[in-house]
Amino acid sequence: MKYLTEYRNLEATKSYLELIHKAATKPWKIMEICGGQTHGLVRNGILDLLPENVQMIHGPGCPVCVTPLNLIDKAIELLENGVIVCSFGDMIRVPGSKKSLLEAKSNGGDLRILYSPIEAVKIARNNPDKEVVFFAVGFETTAPANALSVLHAQKEGLKNYSILVSHVLVPPAMEAILDDKFCNINAFLGAGHVCAIMGYKEYYPLAKKYKIPIVITGFEPLDLVQGIYMAVMQLEKGVYEVENQYSRVVKEEGNLAALKVINKVFEVGSREWRGIGEIPNSGYVLTKEFKEFDAETKFGISHIKVPENPNCIAGDILKGIKKPHQCNQFGKACTPSNPLGAPMVSSEGACAAYYHFSSNLIKD
Amino acid sequence: MNKETLGFETIQLGHGSGGLMTRDLLDKIIFKTFSNTYLDQKHDGSIVSFNGEIAISTDSFVVSPIFFKGGNIGELAVNGTVNDVAMCGAIPKYLSLAFIVEEGLKIDEFIEIVNSIKNAADKSGVQIITGDTKVVERGKGDKIFINTTGFGEVNPKANIAAEHIKTGDKIILNGFVAQHGMAIMSEREGLEFESTIESDTTNLNFLVNDLINEFGDKIHLFRDPTRGGVASVLSEISQDINKGIVIYEDNIPLEKQVAAACEILGLDPLYVANEGVFLVIVDDSISENVLNFMKKDKKGKNSAYIGEITNEHSGKVVMQSSIGGKRIVSPLIGEQLPRIC
Repeated sequence: MKYLTEYRNLEATKSYLELIHKAATKPWKIMEICGGQTHGLVRNGILDLLPENVQMIHGPGCPVCVTPLNLIDKAIELLENGVIVCSFGDMIRVPGSKKSLLEAKSNGGDLRILYSPIEAVKIARNNPDKEVVFFAVGFETTAPANALSVLHAQKEGLKNYSILVSHVLVPPAMEAILDDKFCNINAFLGAGHVCAIMGYKEYYPLAKKYKIPIVITGFEPLDLVQGIYMAVMQLEKGVYEVENQYSRVVKEEGNLAALKVINKVFEVGSREWRGIGEIPNSGYVLTKEFKEFDAETKFGISHIKVPENPNCIAGDILKGIKKPHQCNQFGKACTPSNPLGAPMVSSEGACAAYYHFSSNLIKD
Repeated sequence: MNKETLGFETIQLGHGSGGLMTRDLLDKIIFKTFSNTYLDQKHDGSIVSFNGEIAISTDSFVVSPIFFKGGNIGELAVNGTVNDVAMCGAIPKYLSLAFIVEEGLKIDEFIEIVNSIKNAADKSGVQIITGDTKVVERGKGDKIFINTTGFGEVNPKANIAAEHIKTGDKIILNGFVAQHGMAIMSEREGLEFESTIESDTTNLNFLVNDLINEFGDKIHLFRDPTRGGVASVLSEISQDINKGIVIYEDNIPLEKQVAAACEILGLDPLYVANEGVFLVIVDDSISENVLNFMKKDKKGKNSAYIGEITNEHSGKVVMQSSIGGKRIVSPLIGEQLPRIC
């Protein structure tokens, strides 16, 4: 697998780990933004190979984890009213206030698990007498495909297709984390795939305002250790710049074709983040021109609001204030087969990553 | 034998009624295809004799789609049960065969499945000795479900049980993982992607029996990691024996195209279903000989030593990653993909 195996090379990874050990003289806390990076760090056992004074803090970049509870309840409401609900696989086991989408499916709901929203448009075309809704969760990464599905539906004149939007943006989340009074993060690994779409110009003002290094980083072991090394070097030198480790994929200006599609269908608006709350200008909403594709408006389900499980500290986990194993419920009342909150469900969630792979559990 | 000579194009409710239509279907397709001394009696059941201990295993097959690259539900129904009997250290001899057919299944498809069953049974040396055919209304099933029960004679040289596993035992895998799951996945609605990945469904009974004859009680356990994949089976074993298992990521046999498909779909090949794969846990003293023996067999040519039993981390499987890190391999939670076999 070209561009993958090279970045899983033992020797190259080891040499960067050695460089990190040599370079890091002070204690540094580095947050990897993206859940994919958390997964990569834990899956490859990198956390145990880092020096003790370089600590990774796991960020909020797991789309499933930050999708608010009420959105799941809304999707279930649609499912129980005869709508064909299409979703990415990760979403279906996340508990809503009463049940998950998967449980609603077993009660008779027509739930389709898809890898691409374009498939949902096909389902709408093939089922003209049914309403079809795609559960459009995710960061900037999934926005182009979700937007494209709306454009396809519009072009085909499909009146039975709409999307339940829960799109969130990375930079406002980073700012919310940095503004938190408990924040103790020294540097960020920027989310590689988000930047593949968006580019990284929008990170310059963040790095400057908060005097914090940001290294746009990929997901393979070598990417991760190189990104960490670049962040440590900046910290040790006392500089705070935006650097691009993932240059084989990410360009400064992003993917212009994808951005064009996003900007046609979506505009920036206020969004609720699970565990964090409402952040202004932190997500995408459909523009006026495409309001007819907004499932919330179409089905009048905007009023559904539900409180979080009080025993779940997902908010602290997502902000990096606590680690999964520091939660009293971790591995006890909360496990992947019986999750209290979303970070225990998604394979990119910090709690699930710790539960499945962490060496903390090896020692038990 | 086809729809013209049979005089009907689809399976109808009457074919499961027990009356003349059922008799017609059985005579023209089932008895004709599977004819043997037991089945030819056309009795309610068959009387057979065995030497020594008997191993019995049953399995139901609900795979969707029923035809996929590298096989179909019929082949799977034979190989799956034959392999389960073989994993007990037994020589599979007989199979029962029960169909639940949804009204409207094309008769040509049914015949193709029946022929595959016959072919797979011949290849693994088992006879179909009893069976059943039921038909349910359209919408109440999904084309066809098959149940098979296998009966085998336990090889007197075999002494297969998890309790014989001890620290230092080696784990050997006979070939590429994740082929079956990815073959099915590539043909599922909503997931379609172009690939030439074929299911690995095959019978493993002869290789398994050869291993027992050659190495006897130094072979401690056979398991075929079907649903849940290698990860789930190893997790189960480590919990059952209350010992740790270490596996090495770089040693797991994984074909390039399957690896790429897993990457694209974000799946871990260790959790993807297999049909022609088995794990054998053997005494350390014979591990190299077992590996060489398996590599000489067509169904073991890609065999690899993937790990061992350890006294550390009891009840847990730990994988050493390609870059030297460690992680826990936990059992599959819920389903990765429903109706894979």
